[in-house]
Amino acid sequence: MISFETSPDSYRHWKLKIDGAIAFLTMDVQEDAPLVPQYKLKLNSYDLGVDIELADAVQRLRFEHPEVKTVVLRSGKGNIFCAGANIFMLGSSGHGFKVNFCKYTNETRLAMEDACRFSGQHYIAACNGTTAGGGYELALACDEIILVEDGNSAVSLPETPLLGVLPGTGGLTRVVDKRKVRRDRADVFCTLAEGIKGQRAVDWGLVDYLAPRSRFDEFVTERAKNWAEREKGKTGSGIPLKPLNPTISNDEILYHNVKLTLDRQRRVATLTVQGPSAGQPENASAICEAGSDFWPLRTFREIDHAFLHLRFNEPEIGMLLLKTEGDLEAVQKMDEILARESAHWFVKEILLFMKRTLKRLDVTSRTIFALIEPGSCFAGSLFELALAADRSYMLDSPDEEVRIALTSLNREFFPMSNGLTRIQTRFLADPDHSESVFSLPQPMKPQDAERAGLVTFSIDDLDYEDDVRVAIEERASLSPDALTGMESNLRFAGPETMETKIFGRLSAWQNWIFIRPNAVGEQGALKLYGSPQRPAFDWKRT
Amino acid sequence: MSTVNQFEKIPNNVNLSEDRRLQRALETWQPDYLQWWLEMGPTDFQKDSIYLRTAISVEPSGWAHFDYVKMPDYRWGIFLAPPAQDSHIRFGDFEGQPVWNEIPGEFRNWLRRIVVTQGDTEPASVEQQRRLGHTAPSLYDLRNLFQVNVEEGRHLWAMVYLLHRFFGRDGREEAEELLSRRSGNPDKPRILGAFNQPVENWLDFFMFTMFTDRDGKYQLLALSESGFDPLARTTKFMLTEEAHHMFVGESGVMRIVQRTAELMKQDPNEDVRKMGGIDLLTIQKYINLWYSLSADLFGGEISSNAANYFGASLKGRHKEDSYEDHQVKSDSYKMAVPENGKLKDQEVPLRNAMNEVLRDSYIDDCQRGCDRWNKVLEQAGFPFRLRIPNRRFNRHIGIYADMHFTPEGDPISAEQWERYKQDWLPDDQDREYVQSLMKPVYEVGKIANWIAPPDKGVNAKPFAFEYVRFQ
Repeated sequence: MISFETSPDSYRHWKLKIDGAIAFLTMDVQEDAPLVPQYKLKLNSYDLGVDIELADAVQRLRFEHPEVKTVVLRSGKGNIFCAGANIFMLGSSGHGFKVNFCKYTNETRLAMEDACRFSGQHYIAACNGTTAGGGYELALACDEIILVEDGNSAVSLPETPLLGVLPGTGGLTRVVDKRKVRRDRADVFCTLAEGIKGQRAVDWGLVDYLAPRSRFDEFVTERAKNWAEREKGKTGSGIPLKPLNPTISNDEILYHNVKLTLDRQRRVATLTVQGPSAGQPENASAICEAGSDFWPLRTFREIDHAFLHLRFNEPEIGMLLLKTEGDLEAVQKMDEILARESAHWFVKEILLFMKRTLKRLDVTSRTIFALIEPGSCFAGSLFELALAADRSYMLDSPDEEVRIALTSLNREFFPMSNGLTRIQTRFLADPDHSESVFSLPQPMKPQDAERAGLVTFSIDDLDYEDDVRVAIEERASLSPDALTGMESNLRFAGPETMETKIFGRLSAWQNWIFIRPNAVGEQGALKLYGSPQRPAFDWKRT
Repeated sequence: MSTVNQFEKIPNNVNLSEDRRLQRALETWQPDYLQWWLEMGPTDFQKDSIYLRTAISVEPSGWAHFDYVKMPDYRWGIFLAPPAQDSHIRFGDFEGQPVWNEIPGEFRNWLRRIVVTQGDTEPASVEQQRRLGHTAPSLYDLRNLFQVNVEEGRHLWAMVYLLHRFFGRDGREEAEELLSRRSGNPDKPRILGAFNQPVENWLDFFMFTMFTDRDGKYQLLALSESGFDPLARTTKFMLTEEAHHMFVGESGVMRIVQRTAELMKQDPNEDVRKMGGIDLLTIQKYINLWYSLSADLFGGEISSNAANYFGASLKGRHKEDSYEDHQVKSDSYKMAVPENGKLKDQEVPLRNAMNEVLRDSYIDDCQRGCDRWNKVLEQAGFPFRLRIPNRRFNRHIGIYADMHFTPEGDPISAEQWERYKQDWLPDDQDREYVQSLMKPVYEVGKIANWIAPPDKGVNAKPFAFEYVRFQ
């Protein structure tokens, strides 16, 4: 089983050093410590294990080191920055794992960009040598790329010419969308196995600066200081993220505020979130004191962990049912506190993290139904779970009161990757309505919620149980591949952004290429990479 | 085709004057090359007249002309061996197809990498050796040094010709960068490790020409099999010149061994250092160093690049004709692979082991040279024998790089390595001692005390010939 919990003192592949406002995150991949003992992580290449540590570091830097303004990503190897994802790992992995691996690395890179944009933590890629494929994609996720000028070191995206696949972590999109490299040049670059070095790399916008080897560290530090000086504001000590330590058994994962139960027979998982109890901290300093045990942070960390666990360790569970338990008013109150204190750096980080967790749900390829039942507390931030779901079923019972509520958090705090909130995306046809729902009386009863368009169905108690059961069984009988495609098409209505392109276009194409014989067939480029044989392509184009 | 237009601006046998584009490109590059030669070529001897051989033809009979030349006036040019009778690719997945006279687009990047890597070594060695003229043990040796230097310069021309003629703008840029990298410069190092090592003294130089140039020989032999015909023909002619470089190295070490044996006889305690010679142990340490550095140049034991190059019919084996199977799709190669600190025999697909196949031929060749040195010791009646260390010793590239080995090839711990390495590799004291012997001898017919004169001179001239006329 793949574990997603780690911390700097147990990293094997990274070293985190903090020097005032600058953090140095050094990639020094241990060849002999791959996640699966089938390949060696040569040339600072990475697998999921390496990326889990990176994701952890990016996350911890935000919460535990608010004083850090610049993060220098560098390599602990002499002449190599990073050779990207380990090819032998990709060649020997199953389809689902490959796609999930790409998805995860993309989420990690986006978290870095999110930190740049919203947390004032700027990333600099100090490319001291070969920066290839995923290595360059890692650099692309940074604010700035500095390449050593030694007449030999290049940046490259050699996936197409060498491997018959695409750069899997947003490289193509970032080259043209983020760095705005002209597309004809990008075309040349992306088919050039050995990449581009020196002045041309700068001229084409592939890197920002060149620095000679003897002045490299000095120049990088100069640039890091330069970025740090631009960021005033938050200083002081951070909030340590304590381990979650879930109790994992065969059909249940128990966290503090979250429970994930698995019904393997039906291929259904149920995620139940326990709402906040009374007596929550009401101001920033009390929230800081509660630290990582503060309900929203702890709960969303647990939810995030549960999603990742499902993705990687439970591939056959096709459906995820979302439930909540607790006091609706307590969630509303919690949201009010969060909104009120949202200028405080720690609260802001919590909100940003909740946003990322919800995005993780958006791109999780499982059918998601929210079940809104008696005793549930789908309000505000927790109602986002229902908005993220493919469908929501709300029980309309004469005996028990079932309610939902919007809060101000639904209005602006949790944009999806298309840049719109889930409410805005939901009501694309009627933008006014996405505003007017907030003036409706809250909380809302089932029929009002259905009328307002906030739930899919409100069903009376005579039919509810059966209807929901049938809907789940029917769903579970459909082709998982078609469902994956269908759901991701429907989930991202509205405008495209770099992020939606990465997850939509890129992953869809990669997904397709990953099952094509030209890549993974017996004679495929990815299969034969590093072997004595050359790939044989089927030359027909679609 | 094989006629050399010796008196053109750029001597050549490729009809350069009919290819205006190429001519213009090379004529643009030429002044930069000369500038590089003046900056990075042998220091201070540019105005002196050296008795050099210059290639004037590619015919095996009489290809070279000997005369006094000032090095900057040397006729650097472009010579391709005549096309082979059988113009079919002899190995790899394209075996049997006609050779390529233009670059297959599919392999452009690989070929460029091959040509650039080979090309980079040529100016590198000139840079490494540029100060040696000041400590030459005799005029004969001084002349040989310069001969090697100008020919390395011409080998750079050979690779630059390929870059200019076949690789378009990229090729021209690469050709410029061949002149902008500098051996040992941390900012613009040469591509391969051994070519950034200092060559401080003449013992280094002879070891370099014996071992490092011999790597070059095997690389050229492998490339001379290439399905890309211009590369094959270029490297074939380079090999003609390369033979002399190895002669310089092998005979140079032999003359040191010979002198050492003479000095051992003169001192009752066989204390060679007391007599101003280089003791056998020091020679052995330099062998260990330069052999292992040069063994690294062949690349990793298990190499997908090597497999790619062979499969794509770009880089064959030494004497490909002597093998029966030129496809080697299913054969394997047995090698000792480190596993948890121990060595375990493993079968590797033969195509992935092509570097090792080439290294095998190289090792045999080095051993033959070493046997000839030992003949000298045997004839002098001394029991000591020089040895080529095991291929695993002191390696920094490939599967043995992360472990430590004795010169016999047995694994040892890092602590043991630290303890013994000064017994196996030259330490500061050894270097200082060798350096202390490096006093120039520029008188005709005279030679330094630590080396014996050669049996015969250059081009049937005696040893006591004025090989260098100082300005």
